[in-house]
Amino acid sequence: MKKINAAGICFKELNQKIAQSTDKNIEIENCLGHRYIGAGLSGKNIKINGVPGNALGAYLVNGRIVVNGNAQDATGDTMDNGEIVIHGSCGDGVGYSMRGGKILIKGDVGYRAGIHMKAYKTKMPVLVIGGRAGSFLGEYQAGGLIIVLGLGTAAGMPIVHNFCGTGMHGGQMFLRTSKPPYAVPGQVLVKEASEDDMSVVEPHVRSFCKEFGREAEKILQDKFLVLTPNKKNPYREFYVYN
Amino acid sequence: MKNTLGYIFPTFTILRDKNKCVNCRICEKECANGVHIYDVKKHAMQSHDDMCVDCQRCVAICPEHALQVVVSQNTMRPNNNWASTQINEINLQASSSGVLLSSMGTPNDYPVYWDKMLINASQVTNPSIDPLREPMETRTFLGKKGVSIVRDKNGKIIDNLTPQLEMQLPILFSAMSYGSVSYNVHEALAKAAKALGTFYNTGEGGLHNDFKKYGDNTIVQVASGRFGVTKNYLEIGAAIEVKMGQGAKPGIGGHLPGSKIVGDIAKTRMIPEGTDAISPAPHHDIYSIEDLKQLVYSLKEATEYKKPVIVKVAAVHNIAAIASGIARTGADIIAIDGFRGGTGAAPTRMRDNFGIPIELALASVDRQLREEGIRDNISIIVSGSIRSSADAVKAIALGADAVSIATAALIALGCHLCRACHQGKCNWGIATQRPELVKRLDPDEGSQRLINLVTAWNLEIKEMMGAMGINSIEALRGNRLMLRGVGLNMKELEVLGIKHAGE
Repeated sequence: MKKINAAGICFKELNQKIAQSTDKNIEIENCLGHRYIGAGLSGKNIKINGVPGNALGAYLVNGRIVVNGNAQDATGDTMDNGEIVIHGSCGDGVGYSMRGGKILIKGDVGYRAGIHMKAYKTKMPVLVIGGRAGSFLGEYQAGGLIIVLGLGTAAGMPIVHNFCGTGMHGGQMFLRTSKPPYAVPGQVLVKEASEDDMSVVEPHVRSFCKEFGREAEKILQDKFLVLTPNKKNPYREFYVYN
Repeated sequence: MKNTLGYIFPTFTILRDKNKCVNCRICEKECANGVHIYDVKKHAMQSHDDMCVDCQRCVAICPEHALQVVVSQNTMRPNNNWASTQINEINLQASSSGVLLSSMGTPNDYPVYWDKMLINASQVTNPSIDPLREPMETRTFLGKKGVSIVRDKNGKIIDNLTPQLEMQLPILFSAMSYGSVSYNVHEALAKAAKALGTFYNTGEGGLHNDFKKYGDNTIVQVASGRFGVTKNYLEIGAAIEVKMGQGAKPGIGGHLPGSKIVGDIAKTRMIPEGTDAISPAPHHDIYSIEDLKQLVYSLKEATEYKKPVIVKVAAVHNIAAIASGIARTGADIIAIDGFRGGTGAAPTRMRDNFGIPIELALASVDRQLREEGIRDNISIIVSGSIRSSADAVKAIALGADAVSIATAALIALGCHLCRACHQGKCNWGIATQRPELVKRLDPDEGSQRLINLVTAWNLEIKEMMGAMGINSIEALRGNRLMLRGVGLNMKELEVLGIKHAGE
């Protein structure tokens, strides 16, 4: 385990040290807003003590990044594979255009989480949010899985904010609530998750609970809603050839 | 049965010289739009004029040259305000409730400023240079130049330049996605770029496996949909282009319908076949100039600062302020696409009414960056209807470091600007994915034609520079004293930063 002290050095220097480390396992101390940690990273595992800056794990190729604290904006942006685990909350724009891998967040996320996630063949991106999500969750979702657990939210209170799933044309979104999000567009279907649906969610809830010390059985028994694209009323611009 | 209400007379009429036509039926075989049909009873070829888009394929391929395509003589009463196109467009919409969709650059009658600028020649006071006998430098380096000179203890200059793109001539190929154009077009572009020592651009469709070997001559594009964007993709290219906008359709995203996402298109974009490929209007992780800086740096960090980063924007109002912002994000190159730029498909109203001419955009960006003292921080590539080497020379004189061409390149590959790309039945094998049409474009022949075109332009650029008394692109760049305007008003001269002819 290589320890790197981030105190007093800028992100460029910190990231160079990470790149140059021959030890595949790295622990960063005193992280305070350092950006682009793990951008394009492959073959290494990083544990971060502190608060990393924006674009953590952008274009992540593989490996595990664990944050003992909160993370900021653009975490896991255009991520290809690997795992990002946040023992805290995350900022805006988490997992934009994720193509694969997993992001597990113990707490809440801000705006625009999981926008334009897409799946391809064996690559299946998964975003699990333990707390609540801000507006524009899963906009333009093209594939993959978004799961919002809303743990710690009072019963009957919303766990996602406005404009949830706008533009969704692929994939699935699971919400641990019985109350559908406000004003879901006609191109998106909301229904209660069936047993088959829940079998999709189960392994990821279990991973989440293992990571953050929660009880999976209890959570899996709660009511979940599932959002999917409405195949009978897809998003379609109507053009006439000119 | 056609509806009488909303009937639109065919725009084009096929003229077939009956004396020359030998009923070989090649036109019938070649036309993917189904215009030509052999009538067995009449023993003669017939035409379905309403299907014709004037792509000129049959005209070119008829062995007897028996065919002409003409604009039909059916004329609505002349009206300078209500042109027949306006009337037809209303009928299309009244019959469908659809958004009008068109292809290629706007054909509308807006001023072409290239054609209102004239170039100086050296005479008497300044000798001109003979390019045939004296060396002419058309090599160009794109990237940040504004670094201070640092020497080591022996006085030798330390190379502290950021990564540069080296081009043997100041012309490159603009982005055209695999999906909007065919595989063979990309192969022709890649081969030509390599032979010429310049670059082509993947567009937002990702990079096909077969073309990875041309990586050193490839600019990989990162658009809002991030199709095919992986670390490997970023590393293979010579440079990374962040697409913020496109001249033909500023401010809107793209939507390639699932029916076109098949086979290798799906594989290269890394999305399942039959799913739609939607590129959202803004990158939803870039909502400010600071966010753009963050994206630029995330790309540099992911590629260890080894690749220049280009930011491509459409020419719009306030382009000068936008360019100034981009120059401060750490981007190495800015690519500005004027409103006349081409496209595989765009809503007609966007294509015809949005954006500003590249000549004016370029002039104001170059002036703004120079006034702010940051012109050296960034190189400028312009596009959006560069039609000839003369346009290129004028662009460089207005301040561009290089020009990129797309429509001109497609014309070299057989495009006749019929503007029907959105139908996906391009008879020249360019804007189509149908295998029987794609194979009509021979990539080797195509790449040779591209090499010919750009080589010819480069020779012309050298001739023109020689006539001006200049022997390197560097001395031409931003050299506005080499330009004079004709038929331009005071404001246009002011924005372009040039004097009027005679001054």
